[in-house]
Amino acid sequence: MTGTILGAPDVARALTRIAHEIIERNDGAADIVLLGIPTRGEPLARRLAQRIADVESGFDAADRCGSLDITMYRDDLHKQPTRSIGATTLPAAGIDDAVVVLVDDVFHTGRTIRAALDAVKDLGRPRAVQLAVLVDRGHRELPIRADFVGKNIPTARSERVAVHLEEIDGEDAVILTGGER
Amino acid sequence: MKHLLGTKDMTREDAVLILDTAAQMAATQEREIRKLPTLRGKTVVNLFFEDSTRTRISFEAAAKRLSADVINFSAKGSSVSKGESLKDTALTLQAMGADAVVVRHWASGAAYQLAHGGWLHGSVLNAGDGTHEHPTQALLDAFTARKHLVGDPAGKGLDGLHIAIVGDVLHSRVARSNVHLLTTLGARVSLVAPPTLLPVGMGPWPVDVFHSLDDALDAADVDAVMMLRVQRERMTGGGSAFFPSPEEYTRLFGLDGDRMARLPEHTIVMHPGPMNRGLEISAEAADSPRSVIVEQVANGVAVRMAALYLLLAGEEQA
Repeated sequence: MTGTILGAPDVARALTRIAHEIIERNDGAADIVLLGIPTRGEPLARRLAQRIADVESGFDAADRCGSLDITMYRDDLHKQPTRSIGATTLPAAGIDDAVVVLVDDVFHTGRTIRAALDAVKDLGRPRAVQLAVLVDRGHRELPIRADFVGKNIPTARSERVAVHLEEIDGEDAVILTGGER
Repeated sequence: MKHLLGTKDMTREDAVLILDTAAQMAATQEREIRKLPTLRGKTVVNLFFEDSTRTRISFEAAAKRLSADVINFSAKGSSVSKGESLKDTALTLQAMGADAVVVRHWASGAAYQLAHGGWLHGSVLNAGDGTHEHPTQALLDAFTARKHLVGDPAGKGLDGLHIAIVGDVLHSRVARSNVHLLTTLGARVSLVAPPTLLPVGMGPWPVDVFHSLDDALDAADVDAVMMLRVQRERMTGGGSAFFPSPEEYTRLFGLDGDRMARLPEHTIVMHPGPMNRGLEISAEAADSPRSVIVEQVANGVAVRMAALYLLLAGEEQA
């Protein structure tokens, strides 16, 4: 099955559900910090923070959100053309003793998350690290799993999953393309 | 990018990429843990044929913060003092598996020769060759100026800024690299020096020239003043003097409190170090809040991290 898998309303519903799951799992949002992995994890983290703020009073969305660039922690740097480095921004209070929720668009091999865990370790010592993704497409290469998943999409390795977001691409959609089976 | 040899042939696009990458590197240097795993397993050799403390330790710090292994090779007390040629030294480093060679040499063109001689497989970074180029110093100067003088600097050059370079342009590779880089980035550059300390053949350089600091300050507002070091040992006395006396040089070209007062409020003062206090710059100017001289050193590490990252992190280039 190729084509648009999730439309804008589906993305919105998935994010709302994830936001509630995060609150539920952590008995509130007191220590939650959301770190988006560039490029598309960043706006997703901001949206999740906004949704959490909508239901949890005292949760300041802008204060609990950041971005975590993992470029310099990748294990495949020498196999690809040089990548430009994105910004890493943390909440002013830092991440020590917080519950860090990593946010990414597509969860695939798990290598990005491995790099993110290394990056987090250099930035502080959170009490716990959790993972929220909009799409889980399978094909893990490392023993890593997501805590919060928007949608599981079974894919072939040759297929491509593209997440489009309003903030970057002008629309919300998850599109599956390509793949000779 | 495979080598970093000079700024003359550097495109604006590459220069801005290096500055933007340096900004991210600088941000990582404010963390508790400043070391990144990015260049694990790579070997960077500092090959220094000329004495230099700050450039060498700056490159060493940059390489170590990116987890590369660093080997320091200085000509003094090494095989070079026994007469080894540059080629044989390069072949030795190649055999040791150097991924990058940072070279400082007294001969102009040494870095180019090392990069294009076919002796080395790795990248070559020029850390100063003779009176030719010193690209990382120019990049850190541009980075410092951009940070202070350009709002929201990511992706931008130095368009519309006016930067004065004051002093011994003749012997200065820092000045040469800066002239090319700053103009590539869109800045206007004025050179301020006695006629004896300006090189011949600078006709094609897109610069204005002044023969006293007061003239330059009268002519137009400057956004940054870059003071160059007077190399005392070769400046006065004997038949080879470039100016009559240090006192006269200070009077015409020195940056002191009075001249500082004539600068616009936002103007920054830069110096590549080491400074001769009381000669080209007074203590008052060097220690003023508008002096960014110490910050330049910190930015140097970030810029060199960016250069090493961009040359070494990607897949191997032919």
